[in-house]
Amino acid sequence: MSDMAAQSSAPAELPRAKTDWLPLLLVPALGLLALPFVGSPSTWVTLTVAGLAMGMMIFLMASGLTLVFGLMDIINFGHGVFISLGAYATLLVLGPLGSWALSDSIGLNLALLGLCILVAMAVTALAGAVFERVIVRPVYGSHLKQILVTMGGLIVTEQLIHAIWGASPIPIPLPQSLRGAFVLGDIVMERYRVIAVVIGLVVFLGMQLILNRTRIGLLIRAGVENPEMVEALGYRIRRLFVSVFIAGSALAGLGGVMWAFYRQTLTAGMGMEVMVLVFIVIIIGGLGSVGGCFVGSILVALVANYVGFIEPKLALISNILVMALVLVWRPQGLFPVARR
Amino acid sequence: MTEPLLQLSGVHTHIGPYHILHGVDFAVPAGELTMLLGRNGAGKTTTLRTIMGLWQASSGRIRFDGSDITTRSTPDIARAGIAYVPEAMGIFTDLTVRENIVLAARSGPVDKSRLDWILGLFPALKRFWNLPAGNLSGGQKQMLAIARAISEPRRLLLIDEPTKGLAPVMVRSMIEAFRALKASGETILLVEQNFYAASALGDNVVVMDDGRIVHSGTMSDLVADKDMQQRLLGLSLDAHQ
Amino acid sequence: MSTSPALPLAFDETRRRGGILTGLLSSDLPRSRALSFILFAIFVLLAATPFLFSGSQPVGTAAKICVFIVLVASYDLLLGYSGIVSFAHTMFYGIGGYGIAIALERISPTWSSVAIGLIAALALSAVLAIAIGLLSLRVRAIFFSMITLAVATAAAVLASQLSEITGGEDGLSFQLPPALRPAFRLFSEPVFGTMINGRLLAYYLVFIVSVIVFLVLLRIVNSPFGRVLQAIRENEFRAEALGYRVVAYRTAASVISALAATIAGALMALWLRYNGPDTTLSFSIMIDILLMVVIGGMGTMYGAVIGAAVFVLAQSYLQVLMGAGSAALAGIPLLPNLIHPDRWLLWLGALFIISVYAFPGGIVGRLRQANPKG
Repeated sequence: MSDMAAQSSAPAELPRAKTDWLPLLLVPALGLLALPFVGSPSTWVTLTVAGLAMGMMIFLMASGLTLVFGLMDIINFGHGVFISLGAYATLLVLGPLGSWALSDSIGLNLALLGLCILVAMAVTALAGAVFERVIVRPVYGSHLKQILVTMGGLIVTEQLIHAIWGASPIPIPLPQSLRGAFVLGDIVMERYRVIAVVIGLVVFLGMQLILNRTRIGLLIRAGVENPEMVEALGYRIRRLFVSVFIAGSALAGLGGVMWAFYRQTLTAGMGMEVMVLVFIVIIIGGLGSVGGCFVGSILVALVANYVGFIEPKLALISNILVMALVLVWRPQGLFPVARR
Repeated sequence: MTEPLLQLSGVHTHIGPYHILHGVDFAVPAGELTMLLGRNGAGKTTTLRTIMGLWQASSGRIRFDGSDITTRSTPDIARAGIAYVPEAMGIFTDLTVRENIVLAARSGPVDKSRLDWILGLFPALKRFWNLPAGNLSGGQKQMLAIARAISEPRRLLLIDEPTKGLAPVMVRSMIEAFRALKASGETILLVEQNFYAASALGDNVVVMDDGRIVHSGTMSDLVADKDMQQRLLGLSLDAHQ
Repeated sequence: MSTSPALPLAFDETRRRGGILTGLLSSDLPRSRALSFILFAIFVLLAATPFLFSGSQPVGTAAKICVFIVLVASYDLLLGYSGIVSFAHTMFYGIGGYGIAIALERISPTWSSVAIGLIAALALSAVLAIAIGLLSLRVRAIFFSMITLAVATAAAVLASQLSEITGGEDGLSFQLPPALRPAFRLFSEPVFGTMINGRLLAYYLVFIVSVIVFLVLLRIVNSPFGRVLQAIRENEFRAEALGYRVVAYRTAASVISALAATIAGALMALWLRYNGPDTTLSFSIMIDILLMVVIGGMGTMYGAVIGAAVFVLAQSYLQVLMGAGSAALAGIPLLPNLIHPDRWLLWLGALFIISVYAFPGGIVGRLRQANPKG
């Protein structure tokens, strides 16, 4: 520690907070890189908006999972089922209030979307609480058992969805005024995608606010880094974990609603289908990092959209490739979380 | 005679298949600084972690402030008034210096005059107040770890090797800080390998070897008795100077 | 139990401990009377199915059980013996299937095409298994599961999109070498009332290869290599400290397991004369494998036999039972849905969760506990 002596003799320069800009630059760099391959700028804008919308939805679904892992070293392979459950929960609202979707009133349409989101989040929060208690709690500490048991939870819950709502895909209507697109010159942006971007951004900013400005947020960030020390400071990390698990499930439910209206079809397996992207995202972002999860989501979704346009057959492979490249560059993900 | 603030009797601790503590007995009297000495692997860190409930004692009793805390959970033990500074310091590097201290003050905003007193003890922290603690140097992290432990009044501080790896100048300022803490009436249980630092501070001394207590008494007796130092610690005060 | 047919495999243990059977089973005996009986019964039934039952469905079920025994046993080498959770096992299974299908369909329906297809598939599986191992061993262990899931999904999507090669969603149907075609007759007269035709030969090809691969896997887990894998599973750091190269051992285990899965895929394709995304690559097969290995008993090898047999039979016959129950409960809300024949996976899923919590040794573990030493 020779720097110590130097500091006490001469007033050392104030070290600046090191922000890791490199991963953040990847997003605009990727966009620019794609532009010449896509060709037309208006198509590029459409693709970019679509990619951002998809990225936001993936972020909603992935953020809870990455925090749960960071806090308790638990990986929930059944997380995808909350996405499906959230999607199906829209039926609880669309059943009695389906006519609102056909109405031309923007107010009613948005109210319907809002209600769907609220109900879905309530349902998935409840499901998350049950899942945590019944499936996850008995297998703390054993990754092998966690993976197996949460897969089991996934199988059973998917089957329950089939039992309750039937096994065949269910079409759901996108509210009238959310259909169609905004047209600016020759740039076309689908309305629903713009709404998805807005909702995703609001949730992201809200999460940032909670994580950085509230005591519970500080505790979560501290707990991700060193859960034992948080306990030694007198906080019960279990409670914190359960709340984060429930909140993460509710966010997955919200993501499920957005995803459901995007596809306009419900299937019990829809959650597991996106889970592949979700896993890629949290690996790329760095397990436990919300910021990494956000950047990773956008990156993955943009790549999927650009490549899907340029060479559709390579869309999913491209994401594996992105993941491999990121891991070769940074084996712990873009924003590795410091741990003990 | 009043009951000591902390009393361990016959504490055994197992970590996995390994038996680490073989019946530890000692007391920490209130308002005094007790040094816990011993070579590497003697069980000092395990003793602190067992008191904190981070490892569970397999038998024996730990009494704190008149009640049995042997089987309580770590958060409950912390809430009973014990602050712990682990050897690795446990700084949250992603949080700022301010956030680290804010988090440690469970009951709400840190008292202004107390904060001034803490920052008086560790002036370096002021300069980094709103920067992520990961930017601090090793010695500064140690200061933050201790500042965090005293952000609110506590009954007992457990501090694990605060001078480890620090430059001599930092060791001296750390000793000054402990003197000030002692003067303010804090009860401290301090693990030390650095006998020079220990002898400058301790009221009482407890020496461990191989998971057992091999000596306890006052620091002045030990400092005066070179033979005992040689026997217990295998080193002398002079050799370390 | 010396009635069991002896395969020409000579092990040193055979000589040392006596008993060809002990040697074949690599001295890893069932260690439970009930388990021995069940295994023996399954073996005899599988060996004699074409002669015991008429019609094509029982033989089809038996062939499926044989293939799944290999597939599940090879997965057990990873999950049970090495403590690795991979979701890419179906990818290797699929590679085996596509290797055979593409070679027989594109080149010619001959034995040399079978050999070319199988060898190419084995080579591809080995390369992929090594690549995945090296990529994910650079990072945390839990990444392995997630990465294999992602890679397997990508492989499934790729297989359905590269339709010029793989036949896309429709898959590939193909002709078998003449000796395995239904029209082929080995003898002009029936034997024990059953005509020895190409279909029957195909079944015995599946059966015999499955038995051999299973015995080889049993041999591997009981070799010094297998013991090191288990030591790593128990305590990775200690094994590393003892000087074992954990990464190399685990990669080797994934490669062996992938190769066995590839053979299973090839057998399945040969039996079905068809291969497509749904028969070998789908994620639901991966879930089936998990259910079979856990319910049968992880880390026991024999669990694969029991798990595959129970699962395939349940798939065919539990549904009938549930159909009856569901019909009986008609009129009550939700309940008939829960025991609807299509919901059989719900109950196996619940059994799976209970197995992981309460009996990590699965059925084999229970039998050994309740009824030790046979």
